[in-house]
Amino acid sequence: MNLHGFGALLLEGTWLTVRLALAAMTVAIVLGLLAALAGRSRVAALRLLAHVYATLVRGIPELLMLLLVYFGASVVLMKVASLFGHDGYIELSPFAAGTAALGFMYGAYASEVVRGAIDAIPHGQIEAAQALGMHRLLSFRRIVLPQTWRFALPPLGNLFLALLKDTALISVVGANDLMRNTAIAVSDTVQPFTFYGAAALIYLLLTVLVTLAIAWLERRVNRGMRRAAT
Amino acid sequence: MNAALIWSNLPQLLAGAWVTLQLVALSGLLGIAIAVPTAIARVAGPAWLRWLPYSYIFFFRGTPLLVQIFLVYYGLSQFDAVRQSVLWPVLGQAYWCAIIAFSLNTGAYTAEILRGAIQGVPHGEVEAARSLGMSGSLLYRRVILPRAFRLALPAYTNELILMLKGSALASTITLLDITGAARTIIAVTYTPVEIFLAAGVLYLILSFVIIQGFRWLERRLNAHLHARLA
Repeated sequence: MNLHGFGALLLEGTWLTVRLALAAMTVAIVLGLLAALAGRSRVAALRLLAHVYATLVRGIPELLMLLLVYFGASVVLMKVASLFGHDGYIELSPFAAGTAALGFMYGAYASEVVRGAIDAIPHGQIEAAQALGMHRLLSFRRIVLPQTWRFALPPLGNLFLALLKDTALISVVGANDLMRNTAIAVSDTVQPFTFYGAAALIYLLLTVLVTLAIAWLERRVNRGMRRAAT
Repeated sequence: MNAALIWSNLPQLLAGAWVTLQLVALSGLLGIAIAVPTAIARVAGPAWLRWLPYSYIFFFRGTPLLVQIFLVYYGLSQFDAVRQSVLWPVLGQAYWCAIIAFSLNTGAYTAEILRGAIQGVPHGEVEAARSLGMSGSLLYRRVILPRAFRLALPAYTNELILMLKGSALASTITLLDITGAARTIIAVTYTPVEIFLAAGVLYLILSFVIIQGFRWLERRLNAHLHARLA
C-alpha cells in the first residue's frame, strides 16, 4: 500500500482518535455511575431524571448529538456571555465538543451497565456490612463500588469498542482525527479507496488491540475469584 | 425556544423523516437478505468456506460506519473500471451508496445475531425434525430458521434502532435525511438548538414506533411461548 508520505499524518490522527476515545469513555463512566446512583436514590426527582436520561439519550443519533453540542453550545455560550457584556464569537473546540457529546451519549448506556452491575452484587454482602455497623456510604465505598467494576467490565468493554468507532464522527465538525486526516490525504492524492481502506485497517487494528486489552483487564479483575469446576 | 421557527421548518424535517425511513427499511431488508446466508455459512458451511463470512463480519463490525460509507461513496470512484461499468448510474448516487453501506453494515451485525439464534434453537426440536426425516434445507426452512427468527427478534429490534441512529451519517454524503434536512435549515437560520432538538424528537418518535411495532410482532409470533405464563 503506497501512502505517498501521508503515513505520519494518519498516525497523528490515530493518536487524536485514541485520546478522544479515552477522554469520552472517562466522562461516560463518571456520568454512568452518577446516573446509576441517581436511579437508586431515595429522592423521586433524581430517579426520574436518571430514567429520562437513560431513555431519551439512547434514542438520539450520536451525530445529531455531536452537532447539537458543537453548534448549540457556542450559541448558548455567546448568549450567556452577552449578558456579561462580552460580544465576541465563542466556539467550543471540536475535541471538547466530541468528548462532551460522546461522553454524554455513552454515559446513558453506561448507567444501565452500572445499574446491572450493582444489582449483581449479592445482597447478603450488604447486609453483612450493615451488621458490622457500616452505614450506607461506607458500605457503598468499601463493598459495592470495588465489585461494580468487576461486574461492569465486560459490557463496558463492548461500549468502549462502539465508542471508539463513533469517534470517527468528530471529523464532521473538523477535529483532526484519523478520519479527517485521511480526508486531507484523499483530497491531495485523489485515491479515496486506498486511504479510506488504510483508515479502515487502522481502526480494525485499534479494535483488535482494545479487545485484547479488555480480555487482559478481565483476567486481572477476576484473579482470585473462585470458578465453578468444569 | 422558538416554536414558530420549528413549525415553519417542519415540512422540510418531515420530508427528511421519509428519507430516513426509506434508508432504514431498505437497508434493513437487504441486510436480512445478506445475513441469512452469512449466518448459515458461519454455522453450517463447509470448513474451507467459513473464513469468508467470518472476515466479512470482522471487517464490518470492527470499522466505523462512516469509513464504510466513505469507502463506498468516494472509494469506488477511484477505479475507472467502476466508473465505466453499467453499475455506475447506481454507484454514482449518494442515495444508493448509503443503502449499500448500511446494508453491508447491518448485514454483518444481523448475521451475528442470527448465528446466536440458530445456535440457540433447542436441540430437541432439531432432533425431532431429524427423526421425522427432515434434513438439509428442509430442516432449515421448516424448523431452524422460523424458530431462530423468533429468538432473534428482541436483539434485532436493538439492531434496527442502532441502524436508525446510524442512518444520520447519510447526511455526511449530501443526503437530506432528518439530520441532513436539519443541517440545511440551520445553514440558513443559524438556530442549531431549536432545529437539532426538533430533529432529535423526530428520531425519538421513529424509534418509539419501531420498538412498539416489534413488540407487537414479538407478541404475535411468540404467542405460544407467552401463553403458559399468562
